[in-house]
Amino acid sequence: MALEAKNVYFRYDKKQSWILEDCTLKVEKGECLAVSAPSGYGKTTLAMLLSGYLKPVKGQILLENRPLPQKGVCPVQFIYQHPEKAINPRWRLKRVLEESGALREDIPDAFGIERAWLDRFPRELSGGELQRFCVARALFSGADYLICDEISTMLDAITQAQIWNVVLAEAAKRNMGIIAVTHNQHLAERIATRVVDISKKEL
Amino acid sequence: MKGQHHSINSRTKVVIWTVVMAVVFTFVYMFGIFASDEAAAGSFLDAKQPPSWEHFFGTDALGRDLFIRTLKGVSVSMTVGIAASLISAVIAVVVGIAAATGSKYADAFVNWLIDLVMSVPHTILIILISFALGRGLKGLLIGIAATHWCSLARLTRGEVLQLRAQQYVAVSRKLGKSGGWILMHHLLPHLVPQFFVGLILMFPHAILHEASISFLGFGLSPEQPAIGIILSESMRYLSTGMWWSAVLPGLVLVLIVLLVDRLGEHLRIIMDPYSAQQ
Repeated sequence: MALEAKNVYFRYDKKQSWILEDCTLKVEKGECLAVSAPSGYGKTTLAMLLSGYLKPVKGQILLENRPLPQKGVCPVQFIYQHPEKAINPRWRLKRVLEESGALREDIPDAFGIERAWLDRFPRELSGGELQRFCVARALFSGADYLICDEISTMLDAITQAQIWNVVLAEAAKRNMGIIAVTHNQHLAERIATRVVDISKKEL
Repeated sequence: MKGQHHSINSRTKVVIWTVVMAVVFTFVYMFGIFASDEAAAGSFLDAKQPPSWEHFFGTDALGRDLFIRTLKGVSVSMTVGIAASLISAVIAVVVGIAAATGSKYADAFVNWLIDLVMSVPHTILIILISFALGRGLKGLLIGIAATHWCSLARLTRGEVLQLRAQQYVAVSRKLGKSGGWILMHHLLPHLVPQFFVGLILMFPHAILHEASISFLGFGLSPEQPAIGIILSESMRYLSTGMWWSAVLPGLVLVLIVLLVDRLGEHLRIIMDPYSAQQ
């Protein structure tokens, strides 16, 4: 039971050099893996490959030894770094939660979402407030794996702790696998069961 | 903005202007439709009279009141303009979405078609289509509708391509939503403002083409009081000094066109989310 990248090669354009070269990575269910590396080493690219947003040029992404499903709710959900881009600006926030079936009574409280926010438009909330909606949307879609691309970078320490507590508690309850891409060494050590640095070659 | 105008912001002002324009537009349209034919029918005793209190725009060579005839003509032109630009805008949105979401070949074909239609001057194309379909209202409508969708279709295609690359659309796909669901819930709501602004800005073109084609004799038949017909009749008597029969109906046409053009601009400002705080 694992999500893995097997000898993955990736580049955005044939003229460019490889961004990811022979990259192999494995996350078990119930594990929280932190991926760190300096800027420009392909952390986000790797995250998007693992969640099926990008296709590897060579190599495979396998979920339980099978390729990722193309249709239906994807069991690997990806959370973007910039929530204001990942939410339809014309939707009231209630619909954002509805879209993944996460509009439940208990969820707003768990994420510190105030009820009044549900009837507002994304423009009327701050980035940190919006990110809670993005996390809730991905977490409660029924996914088995969650890929978090710098999701708490724009949050203050208290909110950061609050969000990660909810994510980790829910992940433990449902035995989810988590990949957290982060710059923050302290955060990585705090939440992860394992930390890998993809700028160093021994994965 | 300082001082006494503080209580009314520019957005409110735009809304008020839009309402005033819409009311004027509707009034002219309704007047033209409900004015009786007897009012437009004249007697030869009143022929060729200059503008007066009795006949605001004077009378034509057959003694018909030009004011009523102009309003009737403008409302006929408006009907043609509204119908033609509505059909055109719907074609544009359908074609634009098809190009942006369909296969590469569909996209290439649509772009080729747009280039083809745009490469021929509109007036000539409308004359050809209208003539081939036996002139009259039908030929004119189809002619105008078939030539005005190009730029809005291009705009829609670009917009849909851009929307489909948005993160929230990608997320929606990963949440298991179908292409049709995404089209209905994510894409179409974004296209509504484009559609209405495109529609209204298309109207002046349509109405001017209608007038010019009718003026040239390839459009509406002479018994219908269209603006183009009135103008073309006035040409015969212009040299005898009947300036009012050309100038005043022409002025009304220009005013209506300008009015709708401003209306479209204002609607664009209102629907543009970035103007919300102005």
